[in-house]
Amino acid sequence: MSEYAIAADGLTKVFKTRGGLVTAVSELTLHVQPGETFGLIGPDGAGKTTATRVILGLLRRSGGHSSILGYDSMRDTYAIRERVGYIAQQFALPADLTVMENMQFFAHVQGVSPRQQKQRIPDLLAFAGLGEFTERLAGRLSGGMKKKLALACSLVHEPQVVLLDEPTLGVDPVSRREFWHLLGKLRAEKGLTILVCTPYMDEAERCNRVGLMVNGRFIAYDTPKAIKRQVNGRLLEFTPSDTPNTLALLQNPSRLGVDGILEVQTYGAMLHLFVDDPALRVPQLTAALSAQGITLDGLREIEPRMEEAFISLIRRQEEERVDGKRLSVVGTA
Amino acid sequence: MDDYTIEVNHLSKQFGAFTAVDDISFRVRRGEVYGWLGPNGAGKTTTIRMLLGLLRPTSGEARVLGFNPASEAKKMQARVGYMSQLFTLYNDLTAAENIRFYGLAYGLKRRQLRRRHAEIIAMAGLQGRERALTATLSGGWKQRLALGCAIVHEPEVVFLDEPTAGVDPISRRQFWDLIYEMAGRGVTVLVTTHYMDEAELCQRVGFISRGRLLALDTPQRLKETQMSGRVLEINTTHPDRALRVLQEAQENGRFPADEIALYGAQIHAVVPGSDDAAAWKEPIAALLAEAGMVVNSIEWIAPTLEDVFISTVKR
Repeated sequence: MSEYAIAADGLTKVFKTRGGLVTAVSELTLHVQPGETFGLIGPDGAGKTTATRVILGLLRRSGGHSSILGYDSMRDTYAIRERVGYIAQQFALPADLTVMENMQFFAHVQGVSPRQQKQRIPDLLAFAGLGEFTERLAGRLSGGMKKKLALACSLVHEPQVVLLDEPTLGVDPVSRREFWHLLGKLRAEKGLTILVCTPYMDEAERCNRVGLMVNGRFIAYDTPKAIKRQVNGRLLEFTPSDTPNTLALLQNPSRLGVDGILEVQTYGAMLHLFVDDPALRVPQLTAALSAQGITLDGLREIEPRMEEAFISLIRRQEEERVDGKRLSVVGTA
Repeated sequence: MDDYTIEVNHLSKQFGAFTAVDDISFRVRRGEVYGWLGPNGAGKTTTIRMLLGLLRPTSGEARVLGFNPASEAKKMQARVGYMSQLFTLYNDLTAAENIRFYGLAYGLKRRQLRRRHAEIIAMAGLQGRERALTATLSGGWKQRLALGCAIVHEPEVVFLDEPTAGVDPISRRQFWDLIYEMAGRGVTVLVTTHYMDEAELCQRVGFISRGRLLALDTPQRLKETQMSGRVLEINTTHPDRALRVLQEAQENGRFPADEIALYGAQIHAVVPGSDDAAAWKEPIAALLAEAGMVVNSIEWIAPTLEDVFISTVKR
């Protein structure tokens, strides 16, 4: 039996569509320790939801293996249902039930006895900051409060593991932070194992470990710190006086006569430039660009964030694919 | 002299007893990318509606390209573009048909429409997909197509209401490249967002909460001036237990932090600023030592715009 809270080994899901077979999840391997917060991070269509639903046993797998708390996703669905909480993406609570009625409804579905309900529901509502709103209709809650109510409902049967599919989608920054505070509490106080799917790169920083998912596969699987270290070089940020020309020059650095330029990314009016050695390259770059009549404003070294790392890793993977002559580059600027 | 395309003076909007927009003033220069950051219900969309001439202000005045939207909406609208958060595209039309539909709605002539069609298809990277049903396009394409339709009539001012929700980071950067291309041609862009990383991409950002404009500056300056306290990153042997200990200490007044939160294996605490992170090491290490934990490192880290926003809103 697996000692992992959540495990997937070579997990694959293929859908049959009119256009042929589509591999939504491709040989995915992940192991989440008890008490860990794990992030499944990636854009829409990466396969996050499908992977989650297969692991939960809501979809049949096409290959590989997966389990939660040692229970096989396909065979032990009942055991999983009893021990696992789940918030589906764009999950809607019954709008015409009050906060309290929603809690009672989900408790009932999960087979929580009325006596246990009397104990747990007030605690959960207090935890979610909804103690004063028990009589309010769920449809009349703010977006942030709905998400908190959904979280409280998913915890009513005291699960050991929760899977949250984009729980903060479309939520404002203050509510998003409050939601993550609740997840932090669950991790610190209850040792709950949490798997979160999210398209928000900054939420990766909240997780112990993350898998960056693209086209059904992980392009990185590690702690946020370690993933950011996988990026080549160090990151400079600046605003050039002439962005299009600077960009063209930096994309073709031999024309500039400066070595050690690894990658350039646009960042609003600014550019993000990865170089091998800032101390050496900054004076060279400034001189070479100034010879072209370009000045650099606000030049400084910054720490790459998960977003820069993600973009960099995707591009590297796509370049490797192109080198391998398997696929052409799609989607990079 | 600065050339302002949007000027807003003491603008307010009242819905019954509810004040959706409360005495807001700001100006946006021609060719500027101006971001408006705030939670849902803060008044962002209400303000845009007033600027578009769809809602009448209760008091105050707005000017867009010199026009008063409340009385001169018709003249103004031909020179203004709007992309709503819902990407108002027709899913059962092809990409080309959507462009044509919007072009005709804006009264474009045949030749103009042909030229704009080619430009928008190129801009959105939709070459070869002109005849794809919009429903089958991925998020990034749809979004760029929606932008193309919103600017089919080559407006001078464009309002983008939450344009990139749910789009992958590469598509989002591409979308922002388009925004800056437009700005480079002198188009003024006002973007609302509740995405922090998106606000960082704007030249100036306004923080809006409960109808009020709380701060307005470049992202860098906002970080320097609006953050009360600084962010400490604490590395310890048991972050989960350490969070509990520090939060208890916060509650009983032994640790004067505004906010304490888990970030993966680290703890972030917003504490009153001082130059020396090491000065915090001793009291924190002492608190954690009582519970049998060791502090490996403590250092200042740069606040994110979200840290700054939350600090501003709480004040």
